[in-house]
Amino acid sequence: MAKALVFIDNPGAALKKSSLELLTIARSLGEAAVAVNGELRDDVVGALGANGASAVYRPSATDLDDYLVAPKAAYLAAAVEASGAGTVLLENTADGKDIAARLGVKLTAGVITDVVGVDADGTAHKSVLAGSYTTTAKARTAVAVLTVKPNSVDVEAPAAAATPEVVTIDVPADATANAARVTGRAQKPVSGRPELTEARIVVAGGRGVDGNFEPLEELADALGGALGASRAATDAGWIGHDYQVGQTGKTVSPQLYISAGISGAIQQKAGMQTSKVIVAINKDAESPIFEIADFGIIGDLFKVVPQATEEIKKRRG
Amino acid sequence: MKIVVLVKHVPDAQFDRHLTGPGNTTDRDESILSELDEYALEAALQLSEARGGAKAGNEVIALTMGPAGAVNAVKKSLQIGASSGAHLSDDALAGSDAAATSLALAAAIRYLGADSPVDLVLTGMASTDGETSLVPAQLAERLGLPQVTFASFLEVDGERIVARRDGDAHADTVEATLPALVSVTDQINEPRYPNFKGILAAKKKKITALTLADIGVDAAQVGAAGSLTAVETAEARPPRTAGTIITDEGDAGIKLVDFLAAQKLL
Repeated sequence: MAKALVFIDNPGAALKKSSLELLTIARSLGEAAVAVNGELRDDVVGALGANGASAVYRPSATDLDDYLVAPKAAYLAAAVEASGAGTVLLENTADGKDIAARLGVKLTAGVITDVVGVDADGTAHKSVLAGSYTTTAKARTAVAVLTVKPNSVDVEAPAAAATPEVVTIDVPADATANAARVTGRAQKPVSGRPELTEARIVVAGGRGVDGNFEPLEELADALGGALGASRAATDAGWIGHDYQVGQTGKTVSPQLYISAGISGAIQQKAGMQTSKVIVAINKDAESPIFEIADFGIIGDLFKVVPQATEEIKKRRG
Repeated sequence: MKIVVLVKHVPDAQFDRHLTGPGNTTDRDESILSELDEYALEAALQLSEARGGAKAGNEVIALTMGPAGAVNAVKKSLQIGASSGAHLSDDALAGSDAAATSLALAAAIRYLGADSPVDLVLTGMASTDGETSLVPAQLAERLGLPQVTFASFLEVDGERIVARRDGDAHADTVEATLPALVSVTDQINEPRYPNFKGILAAKKKKITALTLADIGVDAAQVGAAGSLTAVETAEARPPRTAGTIITDEGDAGIKLVDFLAAQKLL
């Protein structure tokens, strides 16, 4: 039976939704197995089993987080070989793509990034050129490495739970030889809002917010959404680069994208035009954002947005 | 210091971009120097200038791979300030995926380092066409170099590199020693524009034309034949069409909530 190996970097105390999504895809491809890095708690092993993992691999070394990606790729390559997996699934993050890239070279395996769906035969679906094309791609090699975007599948529970065998994989002795070292780590403050790329609703502001994101934050919170921004707003220093949606920021595909005070230049559109429903609020009727909006309001965001927030609160009692 | 900067000639995102042909490859008409590579070039020029520039023996080599037109990315880089260029071009390279591209570029970088070693390979965070961001990490793996990717800050002191890598949950300080590969984000600097003097000076700068034979790569290792992935189908997404546009008459916020309710988004 075909085997699919899911890489979970530092699973922590409870499995994240993105990990459960990767496990759901793995089971659709055959037998699911997991390779973790970092602390592996007994209850997490249990949860992995409950989600159908027949084997859980862990590295012999505990210091892989002290280096930038390279030793993790070396460990994962060894885990792929030990498991006999034909597909490796990783998160579509900067680290996930970097590890996938190196794994591809180590195993002479085809790597496909930004995957939004995987067929049972391993065909990967993705969206390219800023959402203007949808493509299918396939690895031509014995092992396929796929990095999968969040929200690509609905999490499903397996027909039967498994009791995974826990196997320690020897990290190759030279894995850290030429690796860059992580010498400092500053945690970023936690916002309490959903993660931008995973959020069902995104409320984003641009040049038109003129430094004041407060009305947008209030609307985002009323809707339980994430906050986003255009490059103009992040370049102006009004909000952190982490919030940037666009070609050089994050690509989002939520159920609802509310764009306020954003003109909608190509740089911004590239990051959000695959959103299901787009609402745009802008003073300038000529803004290109109105060309792609399902509902557009020509008006002052500082009047429209607070009014909408109040109305939502009122209707919810 | 000898720096190789990877530059790519990509379709201008201001216009419609298309996939064509049996391999569903990118149509390269209306192409420009990839915007994200300008940050890598700027980082290279700043490192060179801080060490006395070309007069002090520092080199910034702009390397591209692609068909004839791709040399324009090198020419633009020379106008901005790179000291020389190299253009790897061969019909057999057409349709290369990230694995085949990184294999060819690794060989080209080794070739450029044959007379004197390359200290630093600098790249953008991704190409603006393929957007996989796989090539930098694959190059580091193939060349056996320390990998410092997605750097939003970079300092080189002697042989020591210090960079910052911003993640969602944390910002890391990353250190490595030269020779190394660094990819930079658009947060690292403000790229300069070419000036008149630079445009004139570029005409005298050397561009080395390279073929697969020059760099010792077999045609079967690259192009569609040597690629480890294949794009099987490509379908243009129907363009989004404008929906209802209203002008605020004092109640647009309420109308917006009506719309969200009708769409079952509340």
